[in-house]
Amino acid sequence: MKKPNLAAELCGIASPNPFWLASGPPTNSAYQVRRAFEAGWGGVVWKTLGHEPIVNVSSRYGAIDYDGRKVVGLNNIELITDRTLEENLREIREVKREFPDHAVVVSLMVESNREAWHDIVKQTEDTGCDGLELNFGCPHGMSERGMGSAVGQVPEYAKMITEWVKEVAQTPVLVKLTPNVTDVRRIGRAAAEGGADGLSLINTINSIMGVDLDTLHPQPHVAGRGSHGGYCGPAVKPIALNMVQEIAADPAISVPISGIGGIQAWQDAIEFMLLGAGNVQVCTAVMHYGFRIVEHLISGLEGWMREKSFAQLSDFVGHTVHAVGDWADLDLGYKVIAEIDQNTCIHCGLCYIACEDGAHQSIRKTEVPEAEFIAELEALSANGAPPKTAASTLQVSGGTRVLAGAGAGIVNRYEIKQESCVGCNLCSLVCPVNDCISMIEVPSSIPSMSWREYKDRLERGEVEPIEPPAHV
Amino acid sequence: MTDKTRLSADQLAHNFADLHPAYDRDEAVVEASRCLYCYDAPCTRACPTHIDVPRFIRQIQHDNPMGAAETIFAENIFGGSCARACPTEVLCEGACVDRTLLKEPVRIGRLQRYATDHAMENDLRFFEPGPDTGKRVAIIGAGPAGLACAHELRKAGHAVTVYEARDVPGGLNTLGIAAYKITTEFALQEVQPILEMGVDIRYDTPVDGVMLETLRRDYDAVFVGVGLGETARLGIEGEDLDGVWEALDFIFQTHTGSLSECRVGRNVVVIGAGNTAIDVATEAARLGAEQVTIVYRRTAHEMSAFAYEYELAKADAVQFLWQVQPLRFVGENGRLAGLALQRVQQNGNGRTATVTPLEGSDFDLPCDMAIKALGQTSLLDLLTNVDGLSVENGRLQIDAQTGATGAPGVFSGGDCLSKGAEIVDAVQEGKIAAAGINDYLS
Ligand SMILES: Cc1cc2nc3c(=O)[nH]c(=O)nc-3n(C[C@H](O)[C@H](O)[C@H](O)COP(=O)(O)OP(=O)(O)OC[C@H]3O[C@@H](n4cnc5c(N)ncnc54)[C@H](O)[C@@H]3O)c2cc1C
Ligand SMILES: Cc1cc2nc3c(=O)[nH]c(=O)nc-3n(C[C@H](O)[C@H](O)[C@H](O)COP(=O)(O)O)c2cc1C
Ligand code: SF4
Ligand code: SF4
Ligand code: SF4
Repeated sequence: MKKPNLAAELCGIASPNPFWLASGPPTNSAYQVRRAFEAGWGGVVWKTLGHEPIVNVSSRYGAIDYDGRKVVGLNNIELITDRTLEENLREIREVKREFPDHAVVVSLMVESNREAWHDIVKQTEDTGCDGLELNFGCPHGMSERGMGSAVGQVPEYAKMITEWVKEVAQTPVLVKLTPNVTDVRRIGRAAAEGGADGLSLINTINSIMGVDLDTLHPQPHVAGRGSHGGYCGPAVKPIALNMVQEIAADPAISVPISGIGGIQAWQDAIEFMLLGAGNVQVCTAVMHYGFRIVEHLISGLEGWMREKSFAQLSDFVGHTVHAVGDWADLDLGYKVIAEIDQNTCIHCGLCYIACEDGAHQSIRKTEVPEAEFIAELEALSANGAPPKTAASTLQVSGGTRVLAGAGAGIVNRYEIKQESCVGCNLCSLVCPVNDCISMIEVPSSIPSMSWREYKDRLERGEVEPIEPPAHV
Repeated sequence: MTDKTRLSADQLAHNFADLHPAYDRDEAVVEASRCLYCYDAPCTRACPTHIDVPRFIRQIQHDNPMGAAETIFAENIFGGSCARACPTEVLCEGACVDRTLLKEPVRIGRLQRYATDHAMENDLRFFEPGPDTGKRVAIIGAGPAGLACAHELRKAGHAVTVYEARDVPGGLNTLGIAAYKITTEFALQEVQPILEMGVDIRYDTPVDGVMLETLRRDYDAVFVGVGLGETARLGIEGEDLDGVWEALDFIFQTHTGSLSECRVGRNVVVIGAGNTAIDVATEAARLGAEQVTIVYRRTAHEMSAFAYEYELAKADAVQFLWQVQPLRFVGENGRLAGLALQRVQQNGNGRTATVTPLEGSDFDLPCDMAIKALGQTSLLDLLTNVDGLSVENGRLQIDAQTGATGAPGVFSGGDCLSKGAEIVDAVQEGKIAAAGINDYLS
């Protein structure tokens, strides 16, 4: 089969693939952007420019680790570029000339003044860049000066500034949205009304990373004081996906979307695209591992497209947008229950305790004498059946027989109480063995209907009220 | 007299260094993160003292080694020794579900050591004596069984006096475990918190049948935890030759003096293939023996040594001679020169299989040191005249739920009940008997 075509196009900006670097430390200089393009990135959004270089503080970043995994989430209290406008513009011009086929978009943020915006747009476009991204999202520092999310949180301001920019801009204008709002669609609509050619989201989320338990300082801190920093990295992906889908599904918004937030693996990128993003941007994962990760993003995307027989990105972008909707439209008559594959269960008990304490008390725990359990294993393998996983861990040492998962002469057998399982997924999510617990579709006593239909039918007396599930 | 080791002090220190070096904080946290935090965890059930393993591992993972140590010591006051010497392969780690999932168990023993080391290095104490009950208990034997029992009884507020034949506490835990697993210093340090609970201990005081009667009169209850004696005699010619050793004597020297003073032959033969035999063979090799051979009547399949102990011995270049049995020790000028052996044939499989000698298969195995490492002998003579006791095959019978013997007020636990088990079993039996005594006294 032919290699799929990864070329991307977003509101008229072309790039060899849909992977862009988000505006941030990795796109701070020509040196870095050259390295990024050489590594394989399709485009960059240059670190946000302003009229005057800002002054940064140290330290600036904080991270959360989860049970041994580093930087599941990152936050920062860094501001926009700390280099002069002239220097940045000169470098942008050089890079664009060297990489004509790659997308070079420049992020901008100046005070809320029409002349100021006109001036920076003109100066920036003079470099030959491919487009602009208006940073209405930075949640710290700049917002205290009336910029960034201070603009992005008020629809009227977002619309007004977009209009100012569009008065002079020759290249496509993306507006980058802040997630620090109650309804991201209101800002998205305002930007679109103001003439935005595309929307980028999300920027970082307001956050405090933690408190140091020795010094009692907030994290990160500057001489013992902290500030509300912007949160990003793998932990924010679900929030970003949610907002991207909301924008993509909104009938009042029809501009393309550049998806951002927590992308670190190819699967993440595809999920954003399925939920409506025409391309994606990455920041934290590159700050963690460097530009080289783009190789994995590209090969993963390519492999998946081949497997699914997709020839180009447009074959799947937005595919899943309309599979998400109101809860009230979900089918009450669809029913799944959990099923445990006794062949691969390792007897850790995690499904049991999760269901018992955290869900619907629908897993049965039975103590099976070890000897009986082993006899069962032996009988099975004697009959040529595929050996249970546990059988492979039966070992003998110094005349003592040990079986992983056994202890004090018993093995716990875990089984789903099918009659009371509500099909919530929890056990299958916590089970450490892939595919050991599957959720299987079963006939339901409830006819196929949504909650909306149910309410209507109930009113009309066409259905009986649905019985609440049994509880212990 | 067998010669002293020919190795330098440096070389000896190297050879007897920790078998498994301690984890540092980062290693411990990474290893801990492999634990799934099982519910009704197999590892906890498989641990004879039922340490809440997932709990202490999570405490390590979340940077709370002090809490982890408390979790461990709450169930097993010899948790530091057990972390070093337990046959984890057939206990907690053998049961670990990560053996199925990742083909490699969580290293529970080493994590346990990380936590207990933290407590020892910082001299932490977790327990206090209970309010005085006015009851008094005598304990015979200051091994793991006796001291674990004493610790629990002090927690419950009973006065405890321990009678110990030797001049050190800890029993075989102090003197018998291979020095590359547990050092003497460590073993002595670990019993300190127990003694600080207000345990009155009388050293150099062997208890005999007469004294036992007095103790039974003077105390409200008696716990017998005398362990086992020296390894069995072979009853063959030449057993008293210079150069023929008993296993425990050979091991004790590595704990009672400096390693440089230890005596070891150039060509050493070890008789038996249990864990003691492996320890002896490995220690002889590490003390500088040029050749070490284990001789055993049956095959590798029947030996009672654990698989990892067998591997350890092989890694120390110990040779194995299967299906031979000793006929006599051969002397030259009053000193051992060899061991006469005879090949045997095994009838059937398993440890109950009998062997028949093969006629005319005798041969001499030259050696200048032979160490007898068969099963240990019983020390229960002191119980001969106690009414109500039942001893079967040299083993005292008790109620497994309470540790009570047939004689009122007499309880027992540890190696003296068995053919010799592990430290962790002795601790658990000491705990069970303490609970039994506590019930009996109230
Ligand atoms: C060579 C060898 C290696 C071993 N290696 C390991 C190992 O790696 N891991 C492991 O877990 N276990 C090991 N063990 C087993 C472990 O040492 C024992 O299971 C444990 O020490 C038993 O504890 P106990 O308290 O029952 O007996 P002991 O430790 O034997 O303590 C009994 C105490 O009673 C005293 N005593 C005896 N008779 C009298 C009397 N009449 N009056 C007063 N005091 C008396 C003794 O002096 C001794 O201090 C090993 C054993 C041996 C022999
Ligand atoms: C240190 C740091 C600095 C950033 N600076 C900017 C910036 O100047 N302009 C901007 O639009 N976004 C900035 N961002 C936000 C990122 O572009 C991106 O929207 C966000 O980090 C989410 O993507 P990620 O999860 O891939 O990092 C910054 C992020 C970080 C971590
Ligand atoms: S969580 Fe999975 S592996 Fe663990 S007991 Fe349940 S089904 Fe078995
Ligand atoms: S005491 Fe021994 S068996 Fe029990 S958990 Fe610790 S190392 Fe494992
Ligand atoms: S069995 Fe293994 S994974 Fe499960 S709690 Fe014990 S150590 Fe952890």
